[in-house]
Amino acid sequence: MGLAAESQFHVLAVDDSLIDRKLIEKLLKVSSYQVTTVDSGTKALEFLGLHEDDQSNPDTPSVSPNNHQEVEVNLIITDYCMPGMTGYDLLRKIKESSYLRDIPVVIMSSENVPSRISRCLEEGAEEFFLKPVRLSDVNRLKPHMMKTKLKDQKQEKLEKKEDSGSQELQSQEEKQEPQQQQQQQHHLQQQHQHSSSNKRKALEEGLSPDRTRPRCNGLTTVV
Amino acid sequence: MEVGQMQRRLADYTKSLFMEGILDAQFLQLQQLQDESNPDFVVEVSSLFFEDSEKLLNDIARALDQQSVDFKRVDAHVHQLKGSSASVGAQRVKNACVAFRNFCEEQNVEGCVRCLQQVKQEYCLVKNKLETLFRLEQQIVAAGGSVVPMTELGF
Repeated sequence: MGLAAESQFHVLAVDDSLIDRKLIEKLLKVSSYQVTTVDSGTKALEFLGLHEDDQSNPDTPSVSPNNHQEVEVNLIITDYCMPGMTGYDLLRKIKESSYLRDIPVVIMSSENVPSRISRCLEEGAEEFFLKPVRLSDVNRLKPHMMKTKLKDQKQEKLEKKEDSGSQELQSQEEKQEPQQQQQQQHHLQQQHQHSSSNKRKALEEGLSPDRTRPRCNGLTTVV
Repeated sequence: MEVGQMQRRLADYTKSLFMEGILDAQFLQLQQLQDESNPDFVVEVSSLFFEDSEKLLNDIARALDQQSVDFKRVDAHVHQLKGSSASVGAQRVKNACVAFRNFCEEQNVEGCVRCLQQVKQEYCLVKNKLETLFRLEQQIVAAGGSVVPMTELGF
């Protein structure tokens, strides 16, 4: 149990809506992730150890090693439309910080605005989910987390393992959405049509702890 | 009433909510997320939705009551209501919000007032229906039966 908890990925979820925080928290927990939720971009940056004072000069590293975040965050998932700092602003602040830029960021939005989607992807977001977020969306988060986790640890042996893992995932996705790689945006728009037909399968995958555990345990044993 | 009969009644009732477009597939997602660790998840999220909606409906009514209406403000509230109704699968509330936002964009006060009535009506409808649904579920549990999610009924 201790081992399993240690190997869990930690996701920071940012949304100003209480209902949506509850929903994303549940979706992530059901998928065996450790979750922290906050209601604004400012609080997310605080949690990550990046304070407003550090941002006065964007050219200098924004976080000093002393402010090192106590809790490791493997992925940030944030709403786009929030009062004050938007999800896009938060994304930019993270990617500007030499210290945080390796954390994968996923943006969620209730509106399907192509220019918004491409802007976020250009700025370094890994994915753009249309709300309401579903289990089939959450199932796509793991490969992004595996990438950074392994990069952090610089374990080449593990990298090989991860490669075969992500290939397996990819080929599965290709079956469902053959054009995914050429047209990411197109894929996003399709996502909604596909999600209902894939739902049962996605649910089973998401709810099964067996799917997530073995790879995580593999990590801890090598560490 | 025996448990089997109550379960059939619940299934028919739930089905009718989907047939009438009051709920959509998102509500099934909520039901799927509910498990032993959190058996009241759907009820909890729905309660949050009721609280949130009532606050927003009041905010919208107040904003529309001003001498000069701040349409951006009205639109921001309607946008929030649209988001939370989408998140619980209250489809007809969500659709009424979409129409509402068009009138905000046109800065059409009468249109907005009409839409507010429409949204209120749809909200009251889904609230009543969900409360009835939860009551039926409670009765089944109290009688020792179990509540089977819709997807497992092959709906």
